[in-house]
Amino acid sequence: MEPIIQVKNVSKSYWRNSLEIPVLHDITLNVEDGEFLALMGPSGSGKTTLLNLIAGIDRPSQGELNVAGTDISKLNESGLAKWRSASVGFVFQFYNLIPVLTAYENVELPLLLTKLSRAERKKHVEATLNIVGLGDRMNHYPKQLSGGQEQRVAIARAIVTDPVILVADEPTGDLDKNSAKEILTLMTRLNKEFKKTIVMVTHDQHAAERATRLLHLEKGDLI
Amino acid sequence: MKVFKLIFKNALRHKLRTFLTILGISIAVIAFGLLRTVVTIWSSSVDAAGADRLITRQSVSFIFPLPLAYKPKIEMIQGVTKVCGGVWFGGVYKDKSNFFARSAYDDNMFEVYPEFVVAPKEFDEYKKTRNGCVIGSGIAQQYKLKVGDQMVLDGDIFPGRWEFVVSAIYKPKNKNTDATQMFFHFDYLNERVKQEYPGRGDMVFWYVVQINDPAKSAQISEQIDSIFKNSTAETKTETERAFTQSFVAASSAIITAMNYMSYAIIGIIMLVLANTMIMSARERTREYAVFKTLGYSAFHLTGLILGESLLISCIGGGVGIALLYPIVAGFEQVMPKGFFPFFFIEPVTVILATGSALLIGVLAAVFPIHKALNTKIVDGFRFVG
Repeated sequence: MEPIIQVKNVSKSYWRNSLEIPVLHDITLNVEDGEFLALMGPSGSGKTTLLNLIAGIDRPSQGELNVAGTDISKLNESGLAKWRSASVGFVFQFYNLIPVLTAYENVELPLLLTKLSRAERKKHVEATLNIVGLGDRMNHYPKQLSGGQEQRVAIARAIVTDPVILVADEPTGDLDKNSAKEILTLMTRLNKEFKKTIVMVTHDQHAAERATRLLHLEKGDLI
Repeated sequence: MKVFKLIFKNALRHKLRTFLTILGISIAVIAFGLLRTVVTIWSSSVDAAGADRLITRQSVSFIFPLPLAYKPKIEMIQGVTKVCGGVWFGGVYKDKSNFFARSAYDDNMFEVYPEFVVAPKEFDEYKKTRNGCVIGSGIAQQYKLKVGDQMVLDGDIFPGRWEFVVSAIYKPKNKNTDATQMFFHFDYLNERVKQEYPGRGDMVFWYVVQINDPAKSAQISEQIDSIFKNSTAETKTETERAFTQSFVAASSAIITAMNYMSYAIIGIIMLVLANTMIMSARERTREYAVFKTLGYSAFHLTGLILGESLLISCIGGGVGIALLYPIVAGFEQVMPKGFFPFFFIEPVTVILATGSALLIGVLAAVFPIHKALNTKIVDGFRFVG
């Protein structure tokens, strides 16, 4: 069976004025379906950039990226947007919930792009919020939730469309120890029970220990 | 959850800022509407001018009279259907501040001006009453006059005490017809002038010439003027519209300034709304990155930003237009009586105000939309507002 994520000779550079800043050098990496991969490395090593490339929110300078059977390096902006809505779920360090929407409405956001009816969306949102243990907080606004609860809403938003892969950028970076543990337990459950492929960037050794594979990046190279 | 709900919630994020912006738009729409109303009313006399009417006056100025003997000569011209002599009377009714137009006309004047509607019974009474007069319903209402009442004018162009009886009250046929004029018999004026000022008798200030084909107005005007060429009182004939325009033109600088001012107000408020939208969009840079990450397209983001901008501008515009009516009514009350013969909001003013509010909403959203669409997702997440 083909790996669900295939990164072939991918390089990425940024330009500041006329100065080229290389971030990733000729990365080749495969991630199997159902794997829980943790990417670690010091600040500036390029791990978030690699995660962004895999998630299709940034483009490589060179190389090929095949995710869930699609060569995403060849998609245009609108093609990428459609692909992301169907294939990838995102969990951010700072949750990035929309403050004027309730937990229910935040989780419903990705479903508004689908053809699901209102009743079907309701069923999906309620089921997902129950999975993350927030079935009783659906009508709460982000400011009425704790950091851990906000991150659980963000995870619910990430998985409500049943994406092929879940990418998480420092998901426990802004949480206290107990909340972080809860989030990691939830992610492990998503990986084991719901067979979600997860790619997670982290600085936290405890978080990395939950992954089934650990890779280190340093100065743009996998080591 | 619907997109409209999100637009509505976004607009209410900073309630005070949104309220102040809406208030600003409302005030601007009111100011715009008020200025446009004044400008429209100012030039409405030109719009009300009949296309089938010419005015013949002395070529030097209309304050110099023309002999009555000209009337039959003008009537002889082919294409002329009626000729009616008119004299500007002036005078004072009770107080100098009570201004309204007072003129003496031949009795066929109401055939030439069908927009002044007089009840047949009252008109018959007017024709029978030597010192009868016809007043507009606006004057009747303002000075609480009714048929049968006496009106005394203190003459200035034609000095003396002039007593009239209100024989009829005319009603304006159209909304922009002046309902604040007073007309009386030329014969009544002429008889007394001939007695008291013999040299000024048998003269009119202008002739209103009704023609059967407005397309021939230039040709007929030329014919009339050519008849009286090289006479002691040469004439200048022009369409009633051109004649009226010459009065309005005297105030054209003020009207032009008011026009520019009304558009400047729209420009200023556009900048205010644009500022609000730019601030809102800047604060939501990370959120737009989230929306893009979730798969929302340029179309969706444009809808969110444009929707919010239009919502604010439409509420502001709607409130402004709704308040414009009572404010214009109040403005009319505080204006000196008779300053404007009528004062109402033209439908075109409402259309312009609505269109401006919509245009402001669209234009104010252009820059934030451009910014939101052209910010890369990764840059959006890095943004610190």
